[in-house]
Amino acid sequence: MACKICGPKLSLCGLVLSVWGIIQLTLMGVFYYIKAVALLEDLPLEEHHSSMESFITNVETGYTQNAYNCWIAALLYVITLVVSGHQFWMNNRSSVSM
Amino acid sequence: MGSLFRSEEMTLCQLFLQSEAAYACVSELGELGLVQFRDLNPDVNAFQRKFVNEVRRCDEMERKLRYLEKEIRRDGIPMLEIPGECPEAPQPREMIDLEATFEKLENELREVNQNAEALKRNYLELTELKHILRKTQVFFDEHEGGANTTESMTRALISDDPNRHIGHVQLGLRDKQESLEFLPCFVAGVILRERIPAFERMLWRACRGNVFLRQAEIDTPLEDPSSSDQVYKSVFIIFFQGDQLKTRVKKICEGFRATLYPCPEAPADRREMAMGVMTRIEDLNTVLGQTQDHRHRVLVAAAKNIKNWFVKVRKIKAIYHTLNLFNLDVTQKCLIAECWVPALDLETIQLALRRGTERSGSSVPPILNRMETLEDPPTYNRTNKFTSAFQNLIYAYGVATYREVNPAPYTIITFPFLFAVMFGDLGHGALMAIFGFWMCYKEKPLQAKKIDSEIWNIFFGGRYIILLMGLFSMYTGLIYNDIFSKSLNIFGSSWRNNYNQSTLESNKLLQLNPDSEDYIQTPYPFGIDPVWQLAEANKIIFMNAYKMKISIIIGVFHMLFGVCMSLWNHLYFKRRISVYVEFIPQILFLTLLFFYMVLLMFIKWTTYGSTPPFYGSDDPEIVKTSAYCAPSILITFINMMLFKHDANTRPVCDDTMYAGQMGIQKFFVILALMCVPVMLFGKPYFIMKEQKQRARQGHQPVEGAAENGNAGGAAAPAAHHHDEDITEVFIHQGIHTIEYVLGSVSHTASYLRLWALSLAHAQLAEVAWNMLLRKGLMSTDFQGGIFLYIVFAGWAAISVSILVLMEGLSAFLHTLRLHWVEFQSKFYQGEGYLFQPFSFEVILDSAGQTEE
Repeated sequence: MACKICGPKLSLCGLVLSVWGIIQLTLMGVFYYIKAVALLEDLPLEEHHSSMESFITNVETGYTQNAYNCWIAALLYVITLVVSGHQFWMNNRSSVSM
Repeated sequence: MGSLFRSEEMTLCQLFLQSEAAYACVSELGELGLVQFRDLNPDVNAFQRKFVNEVRRCDEMERKLRYLEKEIRRDGIPMLEIPGECPEAPQPREMIDLEATFEKLENELREVNQNAEALKRNYLELTELKHILRKTQVFFDEHEGGANTTESMTRALISDDPNRHIGHVQLGLRDKQESLEFLPCFVAGVILRERIPAFERMLWRACRGNVFLRQAEIDTPLEDPSSSDQVYKSVFIIFFQGDQLKTRVKKICEGFRATLYPCPEAPADRREMAMGVMTRIEDLNTVLGQTQDHRHRVLVAAAKNIKNWFVKVRKIKAIYHTLNLFNLDVTQKCLIAECWVPALDLETIQLALRRGTERSGSSVPPILNRMETLEDPPTYNRTNKFTSAFQNLIYAYGVATYREVNPAPYTIITFPFLFAVMFGDLGHGALMAIFGFWMCYKEKPLQAKKIDSEIWNIFFGGRYIILLMGLFSMYTGLIYNDIFSKSLNIFGSSWRNNYNQSTLESNKLLQLNPDSEDYIQTPYPFGIDPVWQLAEANKIIFMNAYKMKISIIIGVFHMLFGVCMSLWNHLYFKRRISVYVEFIPQILFLTLLFFYMVLLMFIKWTTYGSTPPFYGSDDPEIVKTSAYCAPSILITFINMMLFKHDANTRPVCDDTMYAGQMGIQKFFVILALMCVPVMLFGKPYFIMKEQKQRARQGHQPVEGAAENGNAGGAAAPAAHHHDEDITEVFIHQGIHTIEYVLGSVSHTASYLRLWALSLAHAQLAEVAWNMLLRKGLMSTDFQGGIFLYIVFAGWAAISVSILVLMEGLSAFLHTLRLHWVEFQSKFYQGEGYLFQPFSFEVILDSAGQTEE
């Protein structure tokens, strides 16, 4: 496991981005899950709805779907965090040993 | 009052130093860094001063050190930072030791370098020779045992082997000579590879094709000893005949800077020579290794101390530079210096001087005399690492006049606040605050790293400003209820939907009327109600009205505060007249016109609105206080200035906001306008009056002085400013008045930039969200997660680069302008000059920077 792909800058960038991504996307997932009205505009909805009921079910599936999507993205950022953290550590270690 | 409010009180001192003790005393003062020496011989050029010799010696030492440093750098040896404390300035006698050490080191190094270069050149020659022998061996081998025997020549001639193509040509060429005593001459050498084609062509042309060139590339790069570059070369061998051709070929070789080597003809000789070369190369290698080792040892030893030496030499040089500013007394026994000193630090300076005398072993203590002077002292604000960044923002506009009110303490709060008004977003503010906090938290390690990047240094220097700006932006972000353009519903919105289902289904846009049950009549407890985020139709209109008013209110208070600061200046400098004819009319003007407008805003906010139980009532009393009757503040203000009175177009409403508004407004405007001539003529009038009075009284003291013989002199120099021409005073005051009157109008409007930038920021943030992040949230299955992962990275990059960096920069610049122009123009003159004490710390810092 001693492969070094990214340089110090890229790994730091990945580290910062993934920490931000994890925090924000997890929170957004929670907000979608509790159906925050502020995020209503950010739902996959069709233009026209036949009835109020179909609109509501549509919105609700949209909310849960987006919640899961946010969490999936957050999970991907966890992986990014691990990878870039490892790379960062490798970079640091190699620079110290020099 | 603290020293940040006004600059330190400075005194001009005269310093008498024993010549033996001068060096030690100045060195102590340099460590202290609280004394600014004045040049007492400004008309003497640098070469005529007393300590030129010493300074020159220091320069020489510095040059040697730089040479050493360069060599150390070249070998990549790490230079040790000074552990802990800086070394003190060495005694003058130590200078000779230092000089000797550097001299020795430099000579040693130069010698080693020369030797190494000679050895390397030797080595290069040998390697080239080795290559020549090896390659030519191949050339000759191609003719099966050498071209120099006629036997082999004929054999090659007869040979039909198509592989010997080159041999054919060569022999064909020789054939043409048809000479039996044919001497197969050749020269062999080495040439830079890129010169080969030109070389070949030249040979061909100059010798008319009568020579034959063979070349082979040397695969390994060779080191050029003079430049230590790696160069690629080729071996060549030229066959020709006759002496004439030989000289010609040699000339050409010389011209192309090819090195020629003797190459024996017989294969046995060649082999022998090759063996000899190999052994010599090996010997040379060991010698080279030893030289390198020696050089390395010398450099490592030097690297341990070099930073220390640099500090020492720079300190000595600085001391002698300072001593050059001093005056020699007639007896040559003592040096006289003049210096600016903060009055509070006189004690510490005395102590330092005593230490210096003790160290030098001199018996006579130095004398520090306060001097009276009419000169303007330098401005010195004692700052710490937190306040210095803000002080620098002020200094960037102009250094405060001596003892003038310093805006820096207020800037600490108003600067981040005004910035935050333009940058209000919880998310972006948090990013900025985290960055600032990280820089403050890791302050020591980051400082020790000494990163050279200019941009980084700007950020790092302003780390506390960045932290505060971030925190304040988070606060205003909460007030605007904006986090990456979304709103947080923390306390629960105050708006309700009372429409029934059929209405909702059939309408595209619906209004929630605040004058109905839709609004629960208690506002959202903190900041803007989150419901506005969903009000796409009129969110911007509502926010604009709110933010514009807020900007004007903040601006008027900021300017009023600035004018109030001028009162402190007038009182401190005992300008009584200015208080009456400048400060009072100024503040009246601003209050009566612009503060009144602010009041109107508050009246409008509190008076007009719904009356809870009577929603949509037609009762004229209720309609008059409803939002329907709310007047436009701007129109009201313009009408007030023009003494105009429009009849209200809405007949049910009142014409005025409160009883007697018209009368009060007229009174205010007239009073404000009357302030203008007071500002314009007040001060010149009083100055003129004073001058006349003095002229009338002037005769008596002169006569009195003539009688007394001594008293008259004191009064005259005390009055400074009155001897200027009265017309100049008029012009000056005219400019100031016009600037102030027009300024207060334009400056008030200028504060609208608070609104404009905050609007721009909010809109940009919304665009970034809608155009990027929303795209990632629009898929109906789980692939959306992966898509979101990618889109989020793009959105984050845009957020940081455009919204935080660029918008942050523009908000920063606008804040800077609001402080420099709108705020400081009310009281700050900024005509002072900076106190630049003689301090080793500063000198070493700047020397270190220019060097890198």
